[in-house]
Amino acid sequence: MASEDVKILGAWPSPFVMRPRIALNIKSVNYEFLQEQFGSKSDLLLKSNPVYKKIPVLIHGEKPICESLIIVQYIDEVWDSGHSILPSDPYDRAVAKFWATYIDDKWFPGLRTISRAEGEEAKKAAAEEVTAGLVLLEDAFIKCSKGRSFFGGEKIGYLDIALGCFLGWLRVTEKMGNLKLLDENKTPNLFKWAEKFSSDAAVKEVMPETGKLMDFAKVLLAKSKAS
Amino acid sequence: MAEELKLFRTWSSPYSLRVVHALKIKGLEYETIFEDLSSKSASLLQYNPVNKKVPVLVHNGKAICESLVILEYIDETWKQCPLLPRDPYEKAKARFWAKFGDEKLSSSIWNVLISQGKEQEEAIAAAVQNLKLIEEQLQEKKFFGGEKIGYLDIAFGWTANLISILEEIIDLKLVDEEKLPLLSAWMQNFSDDPVIKQCWPPRDKLVVKFQAMRESNLKTVLSQ
Repeated sequence: MASEDVKILGAWPSPFVMRPRIALNIKSVNYEFLQEQFGSKSDLLLKSNPVYKKIPVLIHGEKPICESLIIVQYIDEVWDSGHSILPSDPYDRAVAKFWATYIDDKWFPGLRTISRAEGEEAKKAAAEEVTAGLVLLEDAFIKCSKGRSFFGGEKIGYLDIALGCFLGWLRVTEKMGNLKLLDENKTPNLFKWAEKFSSDAAVKEVMPETGKLMDFAKVLLAKSKAS
Repeated sequence: MAEELKLFRTWSSPYSLRVVHALKIKGLEYETIFEDLSSKSASLLQYNPVNKKVPVLVHNGKAICESLVILEYIDETWKQCPLLPRDPYEKAKARFWAKFGDEKLSSSIWNVLISQGKEQEEAIAAAVQNLKLIEEQLQEKKFFGGEKIGYLDIAFGWTANLISILEEIIDLKLVDEEKLPLLSAWMQNFSDDPVIKQCWPPRDKLVVKFQAMRESNLKTVLSQ
């Protein structure tokens, strides 16, 4: 199975695409990274993900797997090299999956709202919501990490990947909005964790550099204003 | 040690019903706490402080929230009558379609409930498209899980119950036996299963509830 072809359809700025790339790095699985052109969707993407037509898609042999968190779980179940990404205890797994769902359904949309907010009041309100969410996640971190470096314990796991992939965009949002979202005083553990996560061997090479991401964000913003 | 297993639910929540189905299929004994969402109990708020929603499963004092997460927890903790496929690729597909059901499909069905006239026609067309995609996953199997009810059948269970209620309220067919024969058969097989059958909430109460939801949403749209 390990000798089968592994491809990721994605794009370097996408936090969702980072997730399976980190997972494959943890497992030391080589893969081909096929980048989509911004503004258009390749035939391969449309064929592999006809329902949503979105990245990331993992193509393992002939099999397409879609939805970033589902892909991460698939990777964890197929390859037992490296370390386990999901916790082994069913309750710990359920807690990790709960918070990952929270991050995708509630927290990340809040982060996006900041950049779209019109006026200072709206921006401030959106930022407060994001920070409030991080306070909840700080609490989750304390419970999950049990004094160790990551949500997953000694090594990065599912929930680290689920949240950590947004650090690049978080930093860009802070810089562009002149805001402090990940506050060392309000969420000291997460603040420390963010550094450790970003410099982890499985993450470093796929975490976009903040400057480069900011340039990309400015292009996006200009395009959305023009349309 | 006797296992403590409690389920916080409402009488009508389709998400709560998923957990009921899973617990019954596994043959597990549990205590039910019915919640009134307009006046949530202190226990519910303690067990699910983040979302304050049902269902919540409490197992020996530990709370598990989010129905699909609960289903996986139940399947991993009690090994009899497995719900999820063993194969990682089949598992990934099941998870994908369950998510599709909760996101794209359910919002398209909701749009049919709360619209009328031309808007409703368009909503129905979109919903039927989504239902066709689901039907394709059945292929020639009796259940999404194969010979037996599994995770995806439970995840889609709400369609077997609520779509016919919607059809009654709007007096239009969504799951036509001719256009969606496999899905139609699945809905019948699922609903008739003896374990599932005993769990359905009272139909007349559900009709009243969804009729009221339709009316209040139509009124909101008209007054905008």
